[in-house]
Amino acid sequence: MSVAAPARPEPAAGPVRAGRPVRVGPVSGLLRWRDVAVPAVAFAVLVLAAALSIGRGDYPIGLGEVLRTLVGLGEQTQEFVVLQLRAPRVVVGALVGLALGVSGALFQTFARNPLAAPDTLGITTGASVGAVAAIVLSGGTSTGAILGGLGVPVAALLGALATGALLFGLAWRTGIDGYRLVLVGIALWSVGAALVDWLLTRAEIHDAASAYVWITGSLNARTWDDVVPLGLAVAVLLPLALAAGRVLGVLQFGDDTARGLGVRLTGAQTAVVLLAVCLVAFAVSAAGPITFVALVVPQIAVRLTGGSRPPLLAAGLLGALLVVGADLVTRTVLPQALPVGILTAVIGAPYLLWLLVRGRRRSTV
Amino acid sequence: MTELLHRSPTAAPDAARVRLAAERVRLAYDENVVVDDLDLELAEGSFTAIVGPNGCGKSTLLRALGRLLRPTSGQVLLDGRAIAKTPTREVAKVLGLLPQTPVAPEGLTVADLVARGRHPHQNWLRQWSRDDEAVVAEALSWTSMTDLAGRPVDELSGGQRQRAWISMALAQGTDLLLLDEPTTYLDLSHQIDVLDLVARLHAERGRTVVVVLHDLNLAARYAQRLVAMKDGALVASGSPAEVLTEQLLAEVFELEARVLPDPVSGTPMVVPVRRLR
Repeated sequence: MSVAAPARPEPAAGPVRAGRPVRVGPVSGLLRWRDVAVPAVAFAVLVLAAALSIGRGDYPIGLGEVLRTLVGLGEQTQEFVVLQLRAPRVVVGALVGLALGVSGALFQTFARNPLAAPDTLGITTGASVGAVAAIVLSGGTSTGAILGGLGVPVAALLGALATGALLFGLAWRTGIDGYRLVLVGIALWSVGAALVDWLLTRAEIHDAASAYVWITGSLNARTWDDVVPLGLAVAVLLPLALAAGRVLGVLQFGDDTARGLGVRLTGAQTAVVLLAVCLVAFAVSAAGPITFVALVVPQIAVRLTGGSRPPLLAAGLLGALLVVGADLVTRTVLPQALPVGILTAVIGAPYLLWLLVRGRRRSTV
Repeated sequence: MTELLHRSPTAAPDAARVRLAAERVRLAYDENVVVDDLDLELAEGSFTAIVGPNGCGKSTLLRALGRLLRPTSGQVLLDGRAIAKTPTREVAKVLGLLPQTPVAPEGLTVADLVARGRHPHQNWLRQWSRDDEAVVAEALSWTSMTDLAGRPVDELSGGQRQRAWISMALAQGTDLLLLDEPTTYLDLSHQIDVLDLVARLHAERGRTVVVVLHDLNLAARYAQRLVAMKDGALVASGSPAEVLTEQLLAEVFELEARVLPDPVSGTPMVVPVRRLR
């Protein structure tokens, strides 16, 4: 039974805040301590995991040595191993995780649906179609030769962007409805999966094997050449995504309320979907479809920060941590080095289940 | 404190100034025309209730007045300016609206919800000014939500939740407020509670209020002006006593009814007899 709130106004009982106000000159904002603490801790653990990961290998290097080398105080031989041979793998892993985490948070907040993620919306599958086609068809047809000439990363990027464009076009009516987006995405996902299977059955056995490794998502043999496009993309897209956070908080209310609060709905929705698609396209192009990160990390992040929507920065850093951590585990604990994509699901899913069982939140974002 | 909340109802030099107007609007969803060729003017400081049977287009009209639906012909004017050509953010500083069943994301606290009402007044840099803070605190206290400020909206009762949304509309600091059936799903005492709050917004804060209501007796009691609609057209407009006649009830609602003075407020009170065919 509900009790009516008293009808008479009461004197204000001091300022009521959702966080701590921060004001510097014309700049002001509300800061919740968990929105600062969670990313800070995630970043610290990420640096630690990255340093540990760099230390692992046929030529082990201690944690202290790695950190010293990273700040430029190491020996020359170690510097070569750390910076040239091993750092790119970790940097790619961290950037991929960051992009996937932020992209998932954008999709889930926008669609008001925790099932919305690049994995379920078919965008990573679209990247797989591009990549597998480039690997499998490069010897045969003329279109295949063109794809092969572009290289696997570019083919994957194009596959993801094309799927994103299809998703956007098919989900669009007068605006974008979250449910429609998810349904269209699931349809695209199954079409993409069927295409990948079809390509694999046609493939030569060694092509199929290398395509299969790509599909699982792997950080093996990454160089600084892989870092550059992804790093540039993140450098541009991440600040834009963080800037969109203010509008996301209002988009969450539903279309009518958001427009009532002065949001230009079409523009805001387009910007959010575009940012999310581009982030995931570059991530997948660099390391293959590392599954589950974009789906699970935003949900973990929102439970840790306790807000009403997945926090972008925390989701990004936790995504980076999950990928780098999973890569570290596959290379140290397990007898043979598995592709990292296998382990992200194995680590991420139980952790989300544990948070779900423990928490009182349902499942919405 | 801020001037946004403190607006005297008598401050308007010209009380009859038209704030919001529909000019020959035709409203349609896809091919389906819901409202056709409708004119309506809403004056500064008025409290108008739109009534009519289900499907008569009253909510559609309200959506158009709040620029949520663009007319296929005709136009809506806000302070004499075409609302469709006014930047939506500028509109949001003048006109606030409360949809029929607004959704709050899970885990959002009342304080967070009310704070979002400041969105049109904020920008990338200025996201929580002293003004914002003062207005939100006052909006919470004015709606008696201060004690519940830290509670998640989804854990509130229906009545409390509606107060929270009204508090957000108050924090938005708009002259005009459009509410779409704010009493839906509430029991009678909470309906009164919500309408009392809206009436105070009108009387004490000088808000121009337009509300879509189902309950004719409550509409007659709270609103100064009733607008009756049927089949997408405006049938009658005027004071509750002028509009709520036995003849109109028969015509618009197909209802045989007696109209008696409400023993509490003296406004017309509808006592249904039977449905007419």
